[in-house]
Amino acid sequence: MLAIRNLSIAFPGPDGPVRVVDDVSVAVQRGESLGIVGESGSGKSMLSLATIGLLPKSARAAGEILLEGRDILAASERELRGIRGRRIGMIFQEPMTALNPAMTAGQQIAEGIRLHRAVGRAEARAEALRLLDRVRIPDPARRIDSYPHEMSGGQRQRVGIAIALALKPDLLIADEPTTALDVTVQKEILDILDELVADLGLSLILISHDLGVIARSTDRTLVMCRGRAVEEGPTEAVLRRPTAQYTRDLIAALPRRARAGLGGETAGGEPRRVAGGGR
Amino acid sequence: MLRHLARRAAGFAVTFLLISVLVFCMMEIVPGDPASAMLGTSATPETLAALRAQMGLDAPAVVRYLRWLGGLASGNLGISYTYGVPVGSLILERLAVTLPLTGLAVLLAIGIALPLGVTAASRPGGVADGAATLYAQAGIAVPNFWIGLLLIMTVALGLGLLPAGGFPGWGDPVAALRALLLPALALAIPQSAVLTRVTRASVVEVMNEDFVRTARAKGASVSRALWRHAVPNALVPVITMLGLQISFLIGGAVLVENVFTLPGMGRLAWQALAQRDLIVIQNVVMVFATVVIVVNLGVDLLYTVVDPRLRRRA
Amino acid sequence: MTVLALRARRAWRPGSVTLLVGGVLTAFLVAVALTSLVWTPEDPARMRILQKLKGPLVSGLLGTDHLGRDVASMLMRGAFNSLTVAFAAVAVGAVLGTLAGVAAAARAGFDAVLMRICDALFALPPILSAIMLGALLGPGALTAIIAIGVFMIPVFARVTRGAALQIWARDYIMAARMAGKGTARITLEHVLPNIAGQIIVQVTIQLAMAILTEAGLSFLGLGLPPPAPTWGRMLAEAQTYLLQAPHLALAPGLAIAAAVLGLNLLGDGLAARLDPRRRQAS
Repeated sequence: MLAIRNLSIAFPGPDGPVRVVDDVSVAVQRGESLGIVGESGSGKSMLSLATIGLLPKSARAAGEILLEGRDILAASERELRGIRGRRIGMIFQEPMTALNPAMTAGQQIAEGIRLHRAVGRAEARAEALRLLDRVRIPDPARRIDSYPHEMSGGQRQRVGIAIALALKPDLLIADEPTTALDVTVQKEILDILDELVADLGLSLILISHDLGVIARSTDRTLVMCRGRAVEEGPTEAVLRRPTAQYTRDLIAALPRRARAGLGGETAGGEPRRVAGGGR
Repeated sequence: MLRHLARRAAGFAVTFLLISVLVFCMMEIVPGDPASAMLGTSATPETLAALRAQMGLDAPAVVRYLRWLGGLASGNLGISYTYGVPVGSLILERLAVTLPLTGLAVLLAIGIALPLGVTAASRPGGVADGAATLYAQAGIAVPNFWIGLLLIMTVALGLGLLPAGGFPGWGDPVAALRALLLPALALAIPQSAVLTRVTRASVVEVMNEDFVRTARAKGASVSRALWRHAVPNALVPVITMLGLQISFLIGGAVLVENVFTLPGMGRLAWQALAQRDLIVIQNVVMVFATVVIVVNLGVDLLYTVVDPRLRRRA
Repeated sequence: MTVLALRARRAWRPGSVTLLVGGVLTAFLVAVALTSLVWTPEDPARMRILQKLKGPLVSGLLGTDHLGRDVASMLMRGAFNSLTVAFAAVAVGAVLGTLAGVAAAARAGFDAVLMRICDALFALPPILSAIMLGALLGPGALTAIIAIGVFMIPVFARVTRGAALQIWARDYIMAARMAGKGTARITLEHVLPNIAGQIIVQVTIQLAMAILTEAGLSFLGLGLPPPAPTWGRMLAEAQTYLLQAPHLALAPGLAIAAAVLGLNLLGDGLAARLDPRRRQAS
């Protein structure tokens, strides 16, 4: 459903353009989850921003990002607004800063619903309440009127998930959704994410520098290094039998226990979800 | 929240007392007193002493200070010798011009600055940004009373659209507002210049925040992200500046009231100086200073309305 | 990362243009003010009733006022008078305010008291203080200087205190303390030199404010007494002839605006260079 072809993204620099994404091609099928892994600065986040047409103004993009045949890079602002939130949902890294401090959780979830669907205030609020329940926020009836600063990091990220999934998009992009969270909370968030992705039959692009997270939640993996795609394939194959030197280095850089986890267990020592099978 | 309020109120009281002592001491060292001003130089020492005793001026300074504080609370501030009316009612009458004037000026200033600053911030470096920056620099540099003169020259005398001065009283609200419009505009333009600058800087900063991107990722338009998400989070510095500007606004009111011959507090103070009506000067200054600190207290409360994070802080 | 590096590079010399324009305007203002001491086209106080209310270039560069005095000459001498009062007032505010500010930053005990006094002073707009002082001293330069200067004490105190508190939090202050240096010595040797840039920026900006306020005071008749020409009184006198002789209202107003604009731009330009906080922000 999403096909990225020969995508390059560059920023003007003092010594000519600087390429942060360099000729990357990758595709995500319906219901499939793609992991994008790489160190920070490897262009992962720019790739995801390009997918919803929110690259910084100074960025120049070449190539194609086809969402069911429509090229996002060529789409008008009006078209893009219809796609953002409704066709593609996005979860950001920092739950601290990704939510508006002056709006309640309920208002922020309801906003997306009302932007795309002709529903009244009350109906949007009811939907927001259902979503909060769905992301397993404790006491959703109270939390709906909470401001971000009154919630924990994990709760905020659940609100972030609720916002992204409010309109049941076809594709969810999660950019380092657990990086800023405690280890125990990370697992809860990933559980919720996995469950919702499976229930709603979403396609998922999960961006992370954490191979454990990638191993646990994705079917296919793209490894990026300095803006280039260095390796791509089924997650299990990529992590067990990496072909690129860079991927080997990434795995070798892990602590031994976590490295062992990639084979049969996740980084947290939990039984590994079977990736790639049955879907 | 309550504790916070209590602390602010205590700070308010201390500032108020400090100013009152300052003002009282200033007026205390001014040569002459209301009694000698009333009787002129030809009065005999006996009649002067009698009048002093009658006016309570022979009491020790501390007693007179405390009496004055009591008077400020009850509104019984003595009689103006030039006007022959109680100072309290004189001030109330004049406040009915000055407060609407400054209020209107603040509204106009916000009405100019917010759209201008936000539009400038929506595309930093763009044409609107350049225009706003130019307006801000020019507006800060021009004296409000000069703008008043220019407005009289062009709008009032040149085009005859609005009155060039004077105040018809609140009996006819439309005429009263028409009389206040130009002076309020003269006051508002320099204020709006300062506010435009602060608004622009603050909104530019907030537009870089992650939550603005979250809003766009939901499908919000640029203008919705700007007005619904960025602006409410950019208001705290703007409100702070509004509070800081109140001193300048009041100083400006004294000038502009004199340009437009409006019977407000500022003109009252100025005329009182010309006539050495010390009681009036003392009390007008005190009332103005009180307005400044009350506004600053109000600004403090406004923060909690604008920013929910400040609401439940102790 | 790339974007940030790019911005830093482009802003290679922050505030260059504002600094240049502000510097030139201010230099011109100072030059005119100083020149007026030795030369003006006419004696600014000389009245020539037959030449009254003449337009620009009809009589002199900028025409004459209702008493036939040469407007250009009055503006030049006015620049000197305005700058003198402004400098003196800012000097009062800067010296006392900076002292209060560094003292408040150095001793927590002073802090609450000094800041409270600053709040009180800040609630007295200079025009009101001038009206009170006018009753005490009569209108004149001293009244204007004290009224403006006193209002600037809290302005300087707050800026200095904020900047000084940041310096006090640095490691090398701790090192100086360990070395046995006293509070006063640390303030002199470490704090003041490090906040000098911010104080200079503030002096420039407050000079602009002082010129504006001085104009207002002389407009009300609270500044220098006649026959000394001031921009404010020129505007006050122009009120009567707004339609007959608009140049009388335009020329002094533009002079004030140019002077204030120049100093403000200079201050902004200096801030971009000297003030560490703004340097990061821009």
